[in-house]
Amino acid sequence: MTSEEIRGVVLDILTNIAPDEDLSDLDDGQPFRDQMELDSMDFLDIVMELRRQYRVQIPEEDYENLITMSSTVTYLTPMLKDVDKP
Amino acid sequence: MKYDTIIIGAGLSGLAAGIRLAYFEKRVCVLERHTTIGGLNSFYRLRDRNHDVGLHAITNYAEPGTKTGPLSKLLRQLRLRWDDFNLSPQLESTIAFPGRKLRFTNDFEFLCQQVADEFPDQIDGFRKLAAAVDAHDELDLSNRETSAREIVSSHITNPVLVDMIFCPLMFYGSPTPHDMDFSQFVIMFKSIFYEGFGRPYEGVRLIMKKLVRQFRSLGGELKLRSGVQAISSHKGRATSVTLDNGEVLEANNVLSSAGSAETMRMCSNQTTPDNNEQFQPGKISFTETIFSLDRDPQDFCHRQTIIFYNDAEKFYYENPEEQVDIRSGIICSPNNFEYDERLDEGRVRITALANPDKWMNLPEEEYIAAKEHWCGEIVEAAVKHMPDFRDYVVDTDMFTPRTIKKYTGHINGCVYGAPHKIRNGQTHLENLFLCGTDQGFLGIVGSMLSGITIANLHLLHR
Repeated sequence: MTSEEIRGVVLDILTNIAPDEDLSDLDDGQPFRDQMELDSMDFLDIVMELRRQYRVQIPEEDYENLITMSSTVTYLTPMLKDVDKP
Repeated sequence: MKYDTIIIGAGLSGLAAGIRLAYFEKRVCVLERHTTIGGLNSFYRLRDRNHDVGLHAITNYAEPGTKTGPLSKLLRQLRLRWDDFNLSPQLESTIAFPGRKLRFTNDFEFLCQQVADEFPDQIDGFRKLAAAVDAHDELDLSNRETSAREIVSSHITNPVLVDMIFCPLMFYGSPTPHDMDFSQFVIMFKSIFYEGFGRPYEGVRLIMKKLVRQFRSLGGELKLRSGVQAISSHKGRATSVTLDNGEVLEANNVLSSAGSAETMRMCSNQTTPDNNEQFQPGKISFTETIFSLDRDPQDFCHRQTIIFYNDAEKFYYENPEEQVDIRSGIICSPNNFEYDERLDEGRVRITALANPDKWMNLPEEEYIAAKEHWCGEIVEAAVKHMPDFRDYVVDTDMFTPRTIKKYTGHINGCVYGAPHKIRNGQTHLENLFLCGTDQGFLGIVGSMLSGITIANLHLLHR
């Protein structure tokens, strides 16, 4: 997947976790938590969804890479580059 | 064939936990002894009428689309939509004590105004109590048990107001007589006074059915008429469960919503502390009389959703000496929510404290006579607080602690579980966990969050 496709994947996961949030003007450089209501349970679900859908294992020490959309995409790109778009 | 997790009990907590595990591709099976789902919040059909058990209202009401709060958290975790629960807010409820009344809605400021009007010298203390409630993290699993009465009384000096605050909170969730653990008080205070009541037009059926549908669509297995007789273990680990019919099912983990003492009894051939203080069953139980009416309560000017009443000089929340304590009770009218259209039939449900021992072993004839006797006494007490509806009654049913025990398996027909909660869900076996009433998140929303929390904490990563 390309970076743009990975962004779409993350956006789908966020939509799934928080269906009542309007994510159309999400700022990729700002933390998710500043733009939407995400608690630790929701955050855990982002990690769990990536594992469920793409078999990506994210160790706890890497969670800090998942703060903004940009950093998440950057972190996931090498892991998902050989994975086909769903 | 081996399951990742076997869940004991198809009530709100067990099914919520099941959804979480099935969603993340765990092989999970929910076992239920009864012929239908629901546990303490269930439903039945009698003489062509649908009845709810347990649920009077969903606490923690929030407007659809609200992004914070327990209900929103719950829906997200279960991947359900607001529409799935189809909640309508309450009209208005009342706490009625001798010579005193406090009305409340789903707007906390309305209650504050009521307190200010009825107890002018206590409103500052009431606001301070609310601040103490705000400052407490009731979901922190490491909280120690502390007396809520001590904390409340440090802010509010009028003992009648203290009792009036405790009355609905205890009636809707306290496993302990006289006092509550402060964390549980906070859970109930927020869920009832801050957030308030709502109800699906279709009643508890709708919620249970949505949960089961979600669970099954994710590949979860549900087995009804499958009571667990025993949990077997080896070297500190649960290995399998044996059903009432002798069938053995193996699992890597077992999650039980059956109650702590009840679960320990399933392990009883091992070295479990049956007499351990930590696992004593609760004693608080209720009777409920359900009246079907030939008209809507609003047609005889009864608009209150729920009335919590107490006629005694003090509020006695305890195991009563007689079969039923008629000094206090709860009157619920499921019609009195803001639905788009009226329910098919008028209903009034009256709940009162009951002594489990005095119901449990009565011979059938005496049992039926006792039900009839107390039904009359209870309604007589209740109509002091609402218009007399006895002429409109077309059908009556009543359940007692014995009914609750029969259908839920809870020792003593106990409704809010054991006095001591196992907040982290852990037991003497490293892969046996508890959720539901004895884990300690109370209320309808709390029970589902209990299943979710324990599944997230202990079972998702295994």
